[in-house]
Amino acid sequence: MSELMNEIEGIYAVWLREAKIYVREKERLISSVISPLLWIFAFGAGVGSTVNVIDGYSYQVFIYPGIAVMAVLFTSLFYGIYIIWDRKLDFLKEVLVAPVSRASVFAGKMLGGATDAMVQVIFLLIIGLFINVPLTPLVVIKAFLMLLLISIAMVSIGLVIGANLNSPEGFSLVINFVMWPMFFFSGALFPVGNLPSWLERATYVNPLTYGVDALRGIILGINHFPVYYDAAIMLLFALLAMAAGVLSFRRM
Amino acid sequence: MVIKTEGLTKKYGKITAVEGLNLEVEEGEIFGLLGPNGAGKTTLISMLCTILKPTSGRAWVNGFDVLKESGKVRKSIGIVFQAPSVDDLLTGRENLAMHNLLFGVPRGIRKQRIDEVLSIVNLEKRADDLVNTYSGGMRRRLELARGIMHHPKILFLDEPTLGLDPQTREHIWAYISDLAEKECMTVMLTTHYMEEAEQLCDRVAIIDYGKIVALDSPQTLKNKIAGDVVKIKQKVRDVETIKKLEYVKNVQEKDGLLYISIKNASKHLQDLLVHTGPIDFVEVRSGTLNDVFLYYTGREIRESEGEGGFWERVMKR
Ligand SMILES: Nc1ncnc2c1ncn2[C@@H]1O[C@H](COP(=O)(O)OP(=O)(O)OP(=O)(O)O)[C@@H](O)[C@H]1O
Ligand SMILES: [Mg+2]
Repeated sequence: MSELMNEIEGIYAVWLREAKIYVREKERLISSVISPLLWIFAFGAGVGSTVNVIDGYSYQVFIYPGIAVMAVLFTSLFYGIYIIWDRKLDFLKEVLVAPVSRASVFAGKMLGGATDAMVQVIFLLIIGLFINVPLTPLVVIKAFLMLLLISIAMVSIGLVIGANLNSPEGFSLVINFVMWPMFFFSGALFPVGNLPSWLERATYVNPLTYGVDALRGIILGINHFPVYYDAAIMLLFALLAMAAGVLSFRRM
Repeated sequence: MVIKTEGLTKKYGKITAVEGLNLEVEEGEIFGLLGPNGAGKTTLISMLCTILKPTSGRAWVNGFDVLKESGKVRKSIGIVFQAPSVDDLLTGRENLAMHNLLFGVPRGIRKQRIDEVLSIVNLEKRADDLVNTYSGGMRRRLELARGIMHHPKILFLDEPTLGLDPQTREHIWAYISDLAEKECMTVMLTTHYMEEAEQLCDRVAIIDYGKIVALDSPQTLKNKIAGDVVKIKQKVRDVETIKKLEYVKNVQEKDGLLYISIKNASKHLQDLLVHTGPIDFVEVRSGTLNDVFLYYTGREIRESEGEGGFWERVMKR
């Protein structure tokens, strides 16, 4: 019992540190607000003026779920780079030598990253209200949970990469090869149904496709697969990513 | 035996940082590791506190195998790393609070412990400032406070007082001795400061190129090798005559100077100077661990510096 309490306090300690630093590093907070704004207004409005209305929604509203997923994807994956800095500057040694399991250290970091991403999600949901995205309270809750699940999966992937690399430059390189294909082949910017068939197949092996599909289903009622099916696949993917994360932290 | 190693070895590619080390440290002992830069002190401590895997050999800390029971080892120890590891963007107090949570200090005594260690290192006034506003020495003090806060059974200190002013250093020595005695805590520390080793340590291991070259109490080591040291510069070099004198224990030559260890300078100096012939320079002092080190390794420990990285690493994220 006290063992369990120790682990929980360990998770809390690691998370609390991440949360405090997130709030104190103003650049991190500011970029969380600015970047989704840019995407929705610059991209959504710009490209949207050349694209027809899709399924009865303006392009800006149509890509809103995709932008939300993208914001979570970027923030979450890039969070893994902090673990490299922590290691470089030895902040992590104190945690690694503490009598808490590596699974707990991972959980604390993972929740820290998810917290960053979810603060951004809150801003996004508020923006959504102003651009006529049909958000009811129930939709907001469902969307929030779905994005949390996506964030947990992606933070875990970022941490796996961060834990296995030693340089921030290496991290940026690897993350670009993970992030952009995942984003482009997820249907975030266009409906999957309209794609050539080889591309369509590429989207089906991409876990993020199911995240985007679920969110579009939840918010706009446009989905390719049943939402529970999307959510189940995302959950499975998140579990695998977390397991890989714990293993990577054990080897660190 | 609180710490025990058997043939403990760590290799980094071609470099052997620690080589077949056999060591036993008793409970309640303050044990010093003395050696020049790159001797393998940090590597040894890192293996003992489970953050580095040995290439071969075994080690037990508090009776637990560092490889197979690393969790239990980590529950028994506290460590102050050579390189700073306090969190810049947290306040001093927040750093300590985080440590309390991570090391399972009972809830009821957390606040009291924080106040206690803050007062020992004299940081009460700055406790609520962010660490990135601290001076290098203040950070070091915070790390020390953190390392001792959970009253570990075994405390590892890697150059604990590097960069501290003399007053704080003595303060900390006193506290460590006191804690070791009261809580029967075992301390293993590395240092470049001879006085630190002499004042604080029950036993000292002199380590060079990953191997122990001498191990005993500072007093015994000094008596065996050093006694008093006469440093002279002869006009005509003649080491052999001096070596033959019965009260001379050891003669080392370095940079054209002779370091002559003799049993009792006040008794034998006059006679010694008769045998040395004309000289350009003479200096007499009582022997130190540095002379012991010189004897075993042919080099001096650079007293004033540690790993160059310390100050460079004190930087902002
Ligand atoms: N990560 C590493 N990779 C390669 N070599 C290393 C690594 N860490 C240490 N070494 C080498 O191992 C040897 C011992 O280093 P260590 O840090 O243990 O010395 P030390 O006795 O603590 O020295 P100092 O007094 O400077 O702190 C050195 O030759 C060093 O170059
Ligand atoms: Mg060292």
